[in-house]
Amino acid sequence: MITVSRSETNGFSGPSPPEQTGRAGDQGEASVLAALLDIDGLVVEFATGAGVVRAVNDVSFDVERGEIVAVVGESGSGKSVTALAVLGLIDAPPGRVASGAIRFDGEDLLTLDEDGIRHIRGRRIAMVFQEPMTSLNPVLSIGRQMTEAMRLHLGFGAQEARARAVELLGLVGISEPERRLRQYPHHLSGGMRQRVMIAMALSCKPELVIADEPTTALDVTIQAQILELMRDLCRRLGVALVIITHNLGIVARYADRVNVMYAGRVVEKGDARSLYRRPSHPYTVGLLNSVPRLDRPRDAALDPIPGNPPDPVALPSGCAFRPRCAFATARCGESVPALRAVEPAHLTACFEAERLREEVPA
Amino acid sequence: MTASATPLVEVEDLRKHFPVTSGVVFEHVTGAVKAVDGVSVAIGRGETFGLVGESGCGKSTIGRCILKLETPTSGTIRFDGRDIADFDRRETLAFRRRVQAVFQDPFSSLNPRMTVEEIVGEPLLVHGQETTRSARLKRVRALLDVCGLPARLVDRYPHEMSGGQRQRVGIARALALRPDFILCDEAVSALDVSIQAQIVRLLEDLRAEFGLTYLFIGHDLSVVRHISHRVAVMYLGRIVEIADCATLFERPQHPYTRALLAAVPVPDPEVERARPAGLVKGEIPSPMTPPPGCVFHPRCPLADESCRRAEPALRDLGGGHRVACPKVGHDIAVPVP
Repeated sequence: MITVSRSETNGFSGPSPPEQTGRAGDQGEASVLAALLDIDGLVVEFATGAGVVRAVNDVSFDVERGEIVAVVGESGSGKSVTALAVLGLIDAPPGRVASGAIRFDGEDLLTLDEDGIRHIRGRRIAMVFQEPMTSLNPVLSIGRQMTEAMRLHLGFGAQEARARAVELLGLVGISEPERRLRQYPHHLSGGMRQRVMIAMALSCKPELVIADEPTTALDVTIQAQILELMRDLCRRLGVALVIITHNLGIVARYADRVNVMYAGRVVEKGDARSLYRRPSHPYTVGLLNSVPRLDRPRDAALDPIPGNPPDPVALPSGCAFRPRCAFATARCGESVPALRAVEPAHLTACFEAERLREEVPA
Repeated sequence: MTASATPLVEVEDLRKHFPVTSGVVFEHVTGAVKAVDGVSVAIGRGETFGLVGESGCGKSTIGRCILKLETPTSGTIRFDGRDIADFDRRETLAFRRRVQAVFQDPFSSLNPRMTVEEIVGEPLLVHGQETTRSARLKRVRALLDVCGLPARLVDRYPHEMSGGQRQRVGIARALALRPDFILCDEAVSALDVSIQAQIVRLLEDLRAEFGLTYLFIGHDLSVVRHISHRVAVMYLGRIVEIADCATLFERPQHPYTRALLAAVPVPDPEVERARPAGLVKGEIPSPMTPPPGCVFHPRCPLADESCRRAEPALRDLGGGHRVACPKVGHDIAVPVP
């Protein structure tokens, strides 16, 4: 599985549809039709001093080949833990994946041993984290770090890996790539470090890149540069992209489909256009109303969501958003609302969605 | 701001250069980071003055100079008409009562070993305002109430509270001495979206209720636009554009201001997908070796040879709208007063 043909390694400068990799073929017909990533009923728990915390609670979503999917939520919503679970990076103990399945190209990653997941992590699924300074090793040169994965996963020799690293740095818009390879992370600006991280993520021609708040630590103009670059490269190389973010503007610009998370659950999901046109969960509506927007009048009132996010150790009964929700009824405290369709390809986990959609103007 | 009243804070040709040293045994100065390089602003009473720019542009250094936490390399800062460099010890103490700050990360700006009562009560103790514990506690409870916190939180420690609650405690502490001026340095940047709106609302309500003046430093343009009356845009230690809020966001002139605005995506897929990227090329240069002439010229789409030669001064376009670029703003009709 790990050997890569010559023609494939040189494919970076031109368009390369995902099917070209030929990996799906030996998995049989079913996997070609199935989503690239299919998270199904995922539950991740952490043992803490105060009790067991369900950081991810029955989360399901999928990612098709080549598409951009956003996971939106605030701190503690479980969005990053979901990503770590996909990569098999949940520290156990204290954490554990309590139930669910994470199918990647038809294969359940949770059934793989450490060796098995290592063949996928960094190779077929790559990750870009928020803070490039902490995810790069400060005492190793850029070249050493960039070539490591290619030598390990693709069996490249030193020269071959170096040549590819130069090509990759050019691809992500870094000038004088040969010189950069000899430099260390502290020589580079934050934006350039994130470009290096993207180049590293793409180095083994992954099918899926998971980017966890990839531009939150960067300045506004650099943030736009990096996001445009990531989208263009993923589209060109046919790589699927999961963007984890709290920024609703970024989601609107880049995502094909959106999953909104609150207190460990996906509370609303759907096609980006449909979800923004008719947000159908009170939390999504609240989020959209609490950000000031450059495309609205300056004096448009901010309408914050009252209260605070719930304590993960002591979640309220029923819907976790109930204590902050203007639409809550007695029923919301009795059971957890399941996701249901309000439009084709648009689901919400709210009993009162119809009333909400009637009262909140589109 | 009315033209007749003297501004509360006047900053005149402020420069703050930090020396860069090299060598361990024979340490010597090898250069200087020009964090702030010739900035003049006046902040009126009751005004919220927004200062935006990217990291390293010097916006926080200006705030720290106004609070007298940094000594300027040159230039003057007047507070209520008096040069703050001339204050003696007693006057400095009085000045420190009148100016307060709310910082970005409430977790690192609150002492983890102090309870809310101690944190909010400490300024009262230091300035000898409430000498008995019961009187202090009463004031602390009142301050918590003003900031939307339940009084029962008085014996909590910072780690026992959420980020939004901690920032409210930071604001209560800043209000304790009834200041005139509060520096809000990225005061809502670390907060979650839903909490950020609560704190912005609180800051607005408090300003109206207590007649406060804010210097609101931020990098989130939509938040700065929402809260500010006037806004200055900084780049590499200089102000490149300054105007009242509506003008700056509706008719931005400087190429850098336009680039900043174009880089902010709005939460609407229809708008975003129709909008071109409008990217500004390149990276922010090091403030140690700023480019000659206009500091923005290496990234500027309008730059030509003349921009490399002379540094443009702020030019008045009328109505207090000033821009440091000779290539823009000529189409604007200057309103007749």
